[in-house]
Amino acid sequence: MAVVSSANSTVMNNVEAVRATLYEAMKNDERTVILGEDVGARGNVFLITKDFIGEFGERRVIDTPIAEASIVGIAVGMAMEGLRPIAEIQFADFIYPSFNQIVGEAAKIRYRSNGEYTCPLVIRTPYGGGVRGALSHSVSIEALFYHVPGLKIVAPSFPDDVKGLLNAAIDDPDPVLFLEHKKTYRLIKGEVPDGHYTIPLGKANVRKAGTQLTVVSYGLYLHWALEAAQRLQEENLSVEVIDLRSIRPMDKTAILNSVEKTRKLLIVHEDNKFGGIGAEISAMVAEEALFSLDSPIRRLCGPDVPSMGYALPLEEEFMSSPAEMADAMRAMVKF
Amino acid sequence: MAIKPEAQSKVSLERHGLTDEQLVAIFRTMLMQRTLENRGFQLNRQGKIPFASASEGHEAVQAGAAMAFERGKDILVPYYRDLGLALGIGLTPYEVLLSLFARAADHSAGRQFPHHYASRRLGLHTISSIIAAQLPHAVGAAFALHYRGEAGRTVLTTFGDGATSEGEWHESVNFAAVHKLPIVFLCENNEWAISTPLSKQMGQPDVVKRAEGYGLPGAAVDGMDPVACYAAVGAAMQRARSGRGPTLVEAKCYRFLSHTTDDDDRTYRSPDEVRARRKDDPVPCFERLLVEYAVLSAEQVEALKRGVLEETNDATDRAEAMAYPDAADLYEKVYAEGWEPWTL
Repeated sequence: MAVVSSANSTVMNNVEAVRATLYEAMKNDERTVILGEDVGARGNVFLITKDFIGEFGERRVIDTPIAEASIVGIAVGMAMEGLRPIAEIQFADFIYPSFNQIVGEAAKIRYRSNGEYTCPLVIRTPYGGGVRGALSHSVSIEALFYHVPGLKIVAPSFPDDVKGLLNAAIDDPDPVLFLEHKKTYRLIKGEVPDGHYTIPLGKANVRKAGTQLTVVSYGLYLHWALEAAQRLQEENLSVEVIDLRSIRPMDKTAILNSVEKTRKLLIVHEDNKFGGIGAEISAMVAEEALFSLDSPIRRLCGPDVPSMGYALPLEEEFMSSPAEMADAMRAMVKF
Repeated sequence: MAIKPEAQSKVSLERHGLTDEQLVAIFRTMLMQRTLENRGFQLNRQGKIPFASASEGHEAVQAGAAMAFERGKDILVPYYRDLGLALGIGLTPYEVLLSLFARAADHSAGRQFPHHYASRRLGLHTISSIIAAQLPHAVGAAFALHYRGEAGRTVLTTFGDGATSEGEWHESVNFAAVHKLPIVFLCENNEWAISTPLSKQMGQPDVVKRAEGYGLPGAAVDGMDPVACYAAVGAAMQRARSGRGPTLVEAKCYRFLSHTTDDDDRTYRSPDEVRARRKDDPVPCFERLLVEYAVLSAEQVEALKRGVLEETNDATDRAEAMAYPDAADLYEKVYAEGWEPWTL
């Protein structure tokens, strides 16, 4: 699967990075168990845990009944009693039945017991569109959980970040929702350092430096934003692209430092615009750096409809594109 | 809440191996539960605390089940109506009063409603007000015991009849049955879910019948008989400890009071119904039985009641004198220490 590209790193795609990191976690810590739908014999619908059951056994790679509330809830109980569960929701669209266990329970265990009990739990789930996933295999769910203190939400876009952030999520003493954009699973390849490392949760990464506009994004759209920024570079327009990586905690410092420099802010995300991550970033920058801005903040986000459709025009209409992002960036730089 | 032991005992004293000391310990837990619960309602009516909840009628099942719990080994994942169960496994009246008064020294540091305990010392999981939310946690805890091969330990989880309508209840019982986990599901069926009677909760009145559908054994027991409850729960826990899997136990009891201090049960059930059920009140019934069988003399019963009241008074005074949490505590324990409490 992965090819060794140098002595110290390996080229892999995002799905391989998830798999390699999970494998390492299972190897290194017997307290780690993986539970979810079809994670065992099938090896997950994207084959992320293929052959894990043979190596680690049924007790550690648990094919659960189709019952999302208890996939999370049972993992909460495991975490409270000393295991390090990694729960999988097969598609983010299926996470709704587990909402109470994530929001009402996992996120509050430490707080409501004054630290007597804790919940070191990772919930992994593939999200996002552009894969002809229609109403129930395309959604972005981050905003639904973004509001919840006690949770951390991570959404890496590159394989090296997948590994470092998933390791950090697994090590974290509190519940982490780990979002994997399924369109990037096989689309995005990159060098991944060998050996164990972590990337701190809550730290963004400037993926492309620039001076005339700050673009904040994550997921598939981060890659499209980078592509668009590259096009603008050819027009001698300089755009800085920040990969948010962690949605919550939000790296305010990285965003504000960049905005102080470029004086313009565009937020790009696939999730619906209304009440989304971009709304919070906009409000934060308006509160903290309004007088540094030379133009209104803009958001290029998913339209406020229930979902993208199955039919190609309905999916394409929902999804943005590098061209549309380039247009938005150009307009802002020239504002 | 007056106790009028008029009717005759309906059961003879079947000890199920319990010594006199254990029988008295059960009775004392029942007395303590009732006294502390009374105290919660009194403090509320005096305007000293905003809220208290009721478990009167659950004393037998809870004290009996607690006697089957092995302290230091087993794990209890209860719901919010389990005052007696918590007392029976070692919670002190002082801890109960700290919870009622929402003091800083309370398990939740004053964050949670009364009777929402959390104590690793006791093996007592943090309690949620969300119905049946604790069931998957209990199953996860049982999985952890099973996974580590910790034979001789089991999880006891409890819930009311209303909880058995929740999806998480069914998901949890099902998962435990699939994996033959060391867990006992104890239903305290008091026939009322706030104002909703059992007849509107289920198509038939026996929770225990659901066990067969999930492939685990079920046992129904008179929830007003503490020794029978001890025996049924104890057998189920022993079964779980020895690796033979989960059991569903249904204890039929009754909720004599309103759901909480904020509820008024006269709006949905007749006082006649409640009065009629008082003949089964487990506290006076068990008291009569212990006296009839000379486990306790009438004088010893009175001494026990005095002791329980004195302990409750003392705990009340001590807890009331304790401080509220600092307002700054609102911001603590959101995440592990070292994390900035960012304020978005």
